[in-house]
Amino acid sequence: MLKLSLVTCCFVLSVVIEGLALLDLGVSPYSGDVFHETPLIIYLFHFVVDYAEITFMLADVITAVALYLAVKDYNKQVFRKQKFALEADRYPLDCLELIRSPKEMYYIPLKVAMFYLLNPFTILSCVAKSTCGLNNAVIALFILSTIKGNVLLSAIFLSLATYQSIYPLTLCAPALLYLMQRQYIPVNFRRASFWWFIVQYAFMYLGSLFVIICLSFFLLGSWDYLPSVYGFILSVPDLTPNIGLFWYFFAEMFEHFRLFFLCVFQINVFFYTIPLSIKLKEHPVFLIFMQLAVISIFKSYPTVGDIALYLAFLPVWSHLHRFLRNIFLVSCVLLACSALFPVLWHLWIYAGSANSNFYYAITLLFNVAQILLVSDYFYAFLRREHHLTYGLYLKRKDGSEATLVLK
Amino acid sequence: MGLLSDPNRRRALISLLTRLNTPICLVCYMAGVAWFMGLAFEPFTLRTYMSENAMGSTMVEERFPAGERALATGREFAAHKKKVGGMPVDWLVKTMQARGLEVFTQSFSRTLPFPDENKERYMVKGTNVYGILRAPRAPRTEALVLSAPCSPGDNNQAVGLLLGLAQYFRNQIYWAKDIIFLVNEHDLIGMQAWLEGYHHTNTTGMDWSPLQGRGGSIQAALSLELSSDVITSLDLVLEGLNGQLPNLDLANLFYAFCQKIGVLCTIQGKLQRNDWDSVSGYSHAVQTMMLMVMKQASGRPWGDHGLFLRYHIEAATIKGINSFRQYKTDATTIGRLLEGMYRKLNNLLERLHQSYFFYLMPSLSHFVSIGYYMPAFGLLTVILLLRETHIFTGRYLSIYSACIGNSPLLIKYVSSQQSSPGVLSVLTPLVISHLTGVALYTLPIRFQEMAVEHFPVSETEAVVLTAIAVYTAGLALPHNTHRFLSGEGTEQGWRVLKLVAVLYLAVLLGCTALINFSLGFILALTLVPVAAFVTPHIPKVLSAFILVILSPACTLLFSVFFFQELQEMPVSFQDGWLLYLSVISQGILDHFLYGSLVYPLIALLVYPCWLLFWNILFWK
Repeated sequence: MLKLSLVTCCFVLSVVIEGLALLDLGVSPYSGDVFHETPLIIYLFHFVVDYAEITFMLADVITAVALYLAVKDYNKQVFRKQKFALEADRYPLDCLELIRSPKEMYYIPLKVAMFYLLNPFTILSCVAKSTCGLNNAVIALFILSTIKGNVLLSAIFLSLATYQSIYPLTLCAPALLYLMQRQYIPVNFRRASFWWFIVQYAFMYLGSLFVIICLSFFLLGSWDYLPSVYGFILSVPDLTPNIGLFWYFFAEMFEHFRLFFLCVFQINVFFYTIPLSIKLKEHPVFLIFMQLAVISIFKSYPTVGDIALYLAFLPVWSHLHRFLRNIFLVSCVLLACSALFPVLWHLWIYAGSANSNFYYAITLLFNVAQILLVSDYFYAFLRREHHLTYGLYLKRKDGSEATLVLK
Repeated sequence: MGLLSDPNRRRALISLLTRLNTPICLVCYMAGVAWFMGLAFEPFTLRTYMSENAMGSTMVEERFPAGERALATGREFAAHKKKVGGMPVDWLVKTMQARGLEVFTQSFSRTLPFPDENKERYMVKGTNVYGILRAPRAPRTEALVLSAPCSPGDNNQAVGLLLGLAQYFRNQIYWAKDIIFLVNEHDLIGMQAWLEGYHHTNTTGMDWSPLQGRGGSIQAALSLELSSDVITSLDLVLEGLNGQLPNLDLANLFYAFCQKIGVLCTIQGKLQRNDWDSVSGYSHAVQTMMLMVMKQASGRPWGDHGLFLRYHIEAATIKGINSFRQYKTDATTIGRLLEGMYRKLNNLLERLHQSYFFYLMPSLSHFVSIGYYMPAFGLLTVILLLRETHIFTGRYLSIYSACIGNSPLLIKYVSSQQSSPGVLSVLTPLVISHLTGVALYTLPIRFQEMAVEHFPVSETEAVVLTAIAVYTAGLALPHNTHRFLSGEGTEQGWRVLKLVAVLYLAVLLGCTALINFSLGFILALTLVPVAAFVTPHIPKVLSAFILVILSPACTLLFSVFFFQELQEMPVSFQDGWLLYLSVISQGILDHFLYGSLVYPLIALLVYPCWLLFWNILFWK
């Protein structure tokens, strides 16, 4: 029961089963206020409902394997790029210690897979049978196909992920950047090849999205699911407490400001895409990581499964450790918050002695810690890139040691 | 954000924290203790006030007249009890029916994991009798409970008064909630069976027959214990299972009616005093508050009401006490008090929720809320965080300053030094101390039969002595183990282990203090100094001695003596030791009977955490 507080209770197996039962009775599962899964999920579970446990475990394994292969491929490319740069003498001399060795990179894919599989958050979300595991699998497959350079599969999986929960839409920016980089298409607005590629990708993406949506329509025979799934995600009518930022604010808010704040809150997910894409246009995989983190922090019904997905990428950036500044503080806070969630949930819901403010305080702290973690990694990444161009030991004009200040 | 992003300011802050770490820690500890002691000082506390509108503004008149008749019923009950040699079920059913209640019985049986020597019971069989007075004015969706335990001792007046009140209440027309009159046998075990039956849960594997009749959802409950014929004052008991407290409004209600009717009322058996500015007045308040802290920390239900709280029902026990004063309170007055309280509770529109749930009471008219007492605990936890920063920067300071300042020499030095200690050297002590904890949790019950066969002890002694033996064996075991796997322990190794252990302790204490402040605070008082000072480089014998003194088991031993001292019943060391053994057995029993969390918390989490520090001390 405790875990339900951490996994949004609208996206768990029991709800899917209820939807299935309604469907069997000939009632639209979306006519009630409980079911908000996509039609494809119903039809998936129509066949595998007896093997639900195995399905969820399989989804986690698929995610882990996909991430393993993706990171392996990505590391290979990073290493190749680094080699070319070294041969071309593009790095300053004192940066040799920033160069990554194959020895330290060898175990990273394994670490990523283990980080995902052994993460308590993943286990919790799997035990709670949250459909978030399935979404993660789709996103992981999208990442894999993107990194492998398969444009069609990438577009298809991205449209699947978008179909499941709108927010992965923002991942199309890093995917485009990556695929263009891979096909040596310059990111230049004046080039026709650039636009041609975007049109191609958009066509594949929208085409498969269209096919999936129509398929859903034909499966159920009505458009009921559109407002019930996407309206539910975008307009946040369900204020059951979860680990996100929405529920408390929207429970407290005056009703006539609701639309305004809805826009303010929802825009957070999409807003950071443009500046991040401009800043990280050379590093699309890091951009994917950033986007996943932003989605999992700012989405309307976040679950611990979303957090597990982006945390799995942390070993990939293990070479940034020397530039991280708040990692200790942040990891302490994240750890303490994870322990306090169930305690305060117990006090609020079961013992009845604490109230929602206690729980929300921890939620807020947890999210602030996540934001600090992500911005810390972002800063560290930029800083390493800066050092790789300008040298590790910066001098001021007068020859004294310079310090970098982020302002 | 300037502090987090500006490297120069960060460096200044970190160096300040590193340089002044020990003095700051000492000051924090002192301040924490001082803050806590200050809580009992009356100007720092708040006066209690009724928050619940439905109970505050309405007037009720108490007219209960039949105290003498209630006492006669009590005597009749006593006679029947003696005749049957237990609970006179038939008589109770008949009497309650005669008073116009719907009467039902529930039988239950329970075999204790080992014999309870304090109450001399092992195989418990009993019957609860309860009568429901249906609400004439409302749809019967809510209920109130009045209970009196039928104990082998003297609680006959309470049952008599309960029956008297039932008869009187039956003739009133203003009840909007069902009132359930419950006579439970075998105190808490019977109560547990009844509550589980009422709510269709079974958490402890007890056998009970399902309830035949039920009222609405229970809003509040009072348990009545009148242990002697002559009552001079009434004592309010609030501490429930796992240190949970009922809403403060229930205490306010009791206090308000005691004031109105003019009954002497106490909390923790301590009268209210007005001379807060004198030393003796202050120490009286401290004593009262400390008693509450001790009782809450024990995590056991201190009255029959204790189990109600688990079901989200506000409940308290009212105890009649004979303290040999001149002033006597007769049964009619107590009946009027209860009538008044029930009529106010009857007016409730929703569950009691307006007032505080987290509080300490230095007297019945004053309380300390969570916002006031949490800083005391916070100051103690800050020490852990400071030490954490200290160790962390001690390990990484060079990297830190190198990164921040980009000084070339340092970076080169650090890069050459950077060899992370194996995960194994941290994981091994962690796993082994937790396994010891699991042994401490499971072995005493598991091995009682074997111990009884081989040693001349009773089952209860066997359980307690096994627990102590496992505990002591744990001290010898883990501090040698990490060497088998990882060879020499390194300097880095213990620092990482300490980092982990201190963080672990901080999270553990934080969670404990939220659920049960008193327990968290007492553990913090003893464990925080341990966590702060322990390193492998201090004199072994002396620090090992201090560590043992501050270990959870010794804390419990001191608490037993301290509690006796607070109750003004000091004991000799011999008696204290026996009391200590019985406290351990009670703690284990409470866990297995009612699901109290203190024993598993200590065995599975606190003790292993302490073992980690023990491990660090003997790091080689």
